[in-house]
Amino acid sequence: MKFLSDKALERLRDVGETPDLTGTRYRLLERVARGGMGVVYAAEDEKLQRCVALKVLDVPGTNGDLANRLMREARVLARLEHPGIVPVHDVGTLAGGRVFYTMKFVAGQRLDKHIAAVNSVPDRLRLFLRICDAVGFAHARGVLHRDLKPANIMVGQFGEVLVMDWGLAKILRRDDSNRTQDSDPDATIFEKPSPASGGATEVSVITGHGTVMGTPGYMSPEQARGDVEHLDARSDIYSLGALLRFILSGQPEETASSRQPRLDKSLEAICAKSMAAGPGERYPNVQEMALDVSRYLDGLAVGAHQESVFEKAARFYRRYRFFILLIAAYLAMRVLILLFMHR
Amino acid sequence: MNKVLLGLLLGAVLGAVDGGTAWFTPAVRTMMVGIVVGSTIKGLIAGVAAGIFARKVNSVPLGILFGLAVGFVLAFIVAYMQHGYYFEIILPGSIVGMIVGYATQKYGAGPAVTAATR
Repeated sequence: MKFLSDKALERLRDVGETPDLTGTRYRLLERVARGGMGVVYAAEDEKLQRCVALKVLDVPGTNGDLANRLMREARVLARLEHPGIVPVHDVGTLAGGRVFYTMKFVAGQRLDKHIAAVNSVPDRLRLFLRICDAVGFAHARGVLHRDLKPANIMVGQFGEVLVMDWGLAKILRRDDSNRTQDSDPDATIFEKPSPASGGATEVSVITGHGTVMGTPGYMSPEQARGDVEHLDARSDIYSLGALLRFILSGQPEETASSRQPRLDKSLEAICAKSMAAGPGERYPNVQEMALDVSRYLDGLAVGAHQESVFEKAARFYRRYRFFILLIAAYLAMRVLILLFMHR
Repeated sequence: MNKVLLGLLLGAVLGAVDGGTAWFTPAVRTMMVGIVVGSTIKGLIAGVAAGIFARKVNSVPLGILFGLAVGFVLAFIVAYMQHGYYFEIILPGSIVGMIVGYATQKYGAGPAVTAATR
């Protein structure tokens, strides 16, 4: 009896997984990534002659929970028209019965890969502010992301920042005037890294309140407890805090703190406030958090940190360094002239 | 604060301080008032010029260079009228010009953007 090699098995799995795009306007180009619910491919839209990203479910059927979730993800994306959120183009069902949707194909790098090439702290913070902009917009539209992590942020070739993978998104309300929850807020997906699939995620549970979902190190304590009903914008703010810490240190949150590089006290305070155990101790909204980061960038005091007199003086010096040096040069020159004249 | 106003105020303050240092030179102490007033006017002119320049050209190095040039020219004119103290007048005057040139570029607010141009 002859056994198939791992390579042959892998190829067979790929062939079985490859979606049948017959009857659609898309032509498959290559597999890009595997997500919690399905696979993302690069495809060519033959009508518009452009490259798109096609996300397709693993399993056929339009009535299952996964199919509903994929459709819901597409609808969430459709209501979030923002430069920092990947736009959805099309949604439908393939000949084989598998649900799919297409979105903008983002040529670029994931944040965890890109960040190593960004050396200056202000540049990293400006990048973070663009993420805040997109997440703040989603919150204003009543949508929580619930899975903000470096792997879900793409940085395009021209520096554009896009928040991806809204598969775990929770719709808090239909619009600003109606604060009630969507009919499907609690159907959640538990994602956990699967070593066998090389860090890809696997779907294990679809259920309601009490389900744990998200990514360890980036999900808030209440999210980790499965307290789905009480999640609000402050849960995403916790994730943004973890993301900020990653952006500044280049190391994931779960890395031992002793191995993490020391952050500036103000930035550390912003991270700590965002990642406070209790939601009430965190920033109330993304705008407040972004404002504190902007204040740091402008050389101003941040709300999260009470400065000592020395820290205030040091910040003042950093902010007006060249001006202070010019004045000092002027005074030194004046003293020298006086000394010279009185000799 | 807008660039011209910042240049005006900073130029006046630095000019007055610059003139005030003449007190440490006993030979000219009797002319203190004239020196302080003259130096303040010199600072005002340099400040306004640097402020107007900063509104037209958005460049810190060019702002510093322009301030330096204006400060130098004004201080040279004053020293020429005094028939002496060239070094003592021109060097501080030029540095005051540099400071005002830098400050107007760096800290002065540009004109507000109107809705029509957005």
